Amino acid sequence: MPIANAGAADRTGGFASRFNLQQYVVYLGFLAIFLFFAVVLRDSGFLTVRNLSNIVLQTAPATIMAIGLVFVMAAGEIDLSIGSIVAVAALAAAVTINAYGLAPGVLAGLGAGLLIGFVNGALVAYVKLPSFLVTLATMGLFAGVSRSMTNLRSIPVTDSTFTGFFGSGSLLGVPSLIWWTVIAVAVGHLVFRESRFGAHVLATGDNARAAAVSGISVPRIRLAVLTISGGLAGLAGLLYAGRLQAAKYTLGETDLMTVIAAVIVGGTLLNGGKGSIVGALVGSLMMGMLNNGLILMGLSVSDQMIVRGLIILAAVAVSLREKNR
Amino acid sequence: MPANAISTNVPVLQLTDIRKTFGGITAIEKFSLDVHPGEIVALVGDNGAGKSTLIKIVSGVHPPTSGSIAIDNEIVAMSNATMARARGIEVVYQDLALADQQSVYMNMFLGREPVNRFGLLDRRRMIAETEQLVKELDVRIPSAHATIRDLSGGQRQGVAIARATHWASKLILLDEPTAALGVAETAKVEEIVLSLKSRNIGVLIISHSLDQVFRLSDRICVLRRGRQIGVRKTAETDKNQIVAMITGLQEH
Repeated sequence: MPIANAGAADRTGGFASRFNLQQYVVYLGFLAIFLFFAVVLRDSGFLTVRNLSNIVLQTAPATIMAIGLVFVMAAGEIDLSIGSIVAVAALAAAVTINAYGLAPGVLAGLGAGLLIGFVNGALVAYVKLPSFLVTLATMGLFAGVSRSMTNLRSIPVTDSTFTGFFGSGSLLGVPSLIWWTVIAVAVGHLVFRESRFGAHVLATGDNARAAAVSGISVPRIRLAVLTISGGLAGLAGLLYAGRLQAAKYTLGETDLMTVIAAVIVGGTLLNGGKGSIVGALVGSLMMGMLNNGLILMGLSVSDQMIVRGLIILAAVAVSLREKNR
Repeated sequence: MPANAISTNVPVLQLTDIRKTFGGITAIEKFSLDVHPGEIVALVGDNGAGKSTLIKIVSGVHPPTSGSIAIDNEIVAMSNATMARARGIEVVYQDLALADQQSVYMNMFLGREPVNRFGLLDRRRMIAETEQLVKELDVRIPSAHATIRDLSGGQRQGVAIARATHWASKLILLDEPTAALGVAETAKVEEIVLSLKSRNIGVLIISHSLDQVFRLSDRICVLRRGRQIGVRKTAETDKNQIVAMITGLQEH
């Protein structure tokens, strides 16, 4: 769409410069890993419908967390506390359901997530502490809280409405965990891409000073993204408790690295200003598939961690290369 | 100061006896200036003369300690940039204040994005208005969809000025608009600045280049150490006189 004669200064014209590797790397990576496992694990049941749908179901909590993290990272912040929020929210929900019933339990779980996210956000936005340090601290703090809350025990959740709604149930033949994933991705995408709020999140992460002089309340954006991230981590906690029919302090413990990797591989820049919800979904499915395939290949837990770490390293490298282009 | 008032029309901006102190330090004193619609007034002075402070006062960032600011003959109190913007005053900052990874059209509407009846971004409108404006101002960018970081320095400056033009109904403040540009790009930006005259907006420009000041401005206001040395009609003065005023060889 030429508006004016672009002239020699046009550096966006050619295909080579327009082609943005980072934008497609997640889809290419997804395809490559899928094909690799499909061939290597063709006799180990990787391609069965049961296994593939298991991957999607197991990925649901990480995907939900990843959506929140896209908002946070697009705004130029980070949330390291999401894993700890998952456990606290799941435990709060389990304890409250057992004592007061379903609705208070759900509210307690989501409320715990929102509240921790709000505290993170307030410290970042108004006390002006770096989100890396704030959420590093709350990560440790709430890991301790979930342990001391339960004396390291597991709390069973037997309410069948809860476990159906957030875990093993289904609606119209589609498992509820898939419903949650689809709804969260759709709403997240709409808000991120098509609302003024989403535009302000991107502007804040891109150039906070420019956002501020343009009348955007940068502190309010920072508060909002961290609160959203906390709330979605709380929802992820409910999904874990629903699927496992129990809550324990270990829930979400190992998700942080996976979720950050999913978000970065999915095209969200570590330094903000750019992000993709759909990319994060595909990134999350890719990480889930990787987990699943590596287990089926018989890799030990330690080897799985090494491979995942290498993939994250590659993803960060691509992300920063694009930013500094 | 006779050159200070052309009383044929209502000034868009009228600064009267502006004084600004930070703690015990006086940054600006006894500053009075009118800017009329369609007029370009240049603010010149050495480093630390108070030019930037004055821009911040007019853009609402620093309210003056005393003195009055009138827009269209109405005295206004502005305590932040949002209030100045609501009055039709736009600033093109030296660092341009563009979000580099967003598109040209998103930058044009940064913080003021229109939405449709569903509350979703009205991209079609943003793109259409952006295309129209860059065409009118002859800002040569490949497309309204182009990402800022893919543009040259001159194109970015053009986008920043176009954004100010889109929103300013009264006055545009330009802070060193060509400091970082090459010769050809400077010429293009100067062309855009001159075209603002036909839009009946007042322009207050800070520049270190006296050649540029003489090419663009209708009047020149000289500052030294926070004091207003004088205002001259560009057509009735020359570089030697302005240099003398800036350096202090000539008082008043």
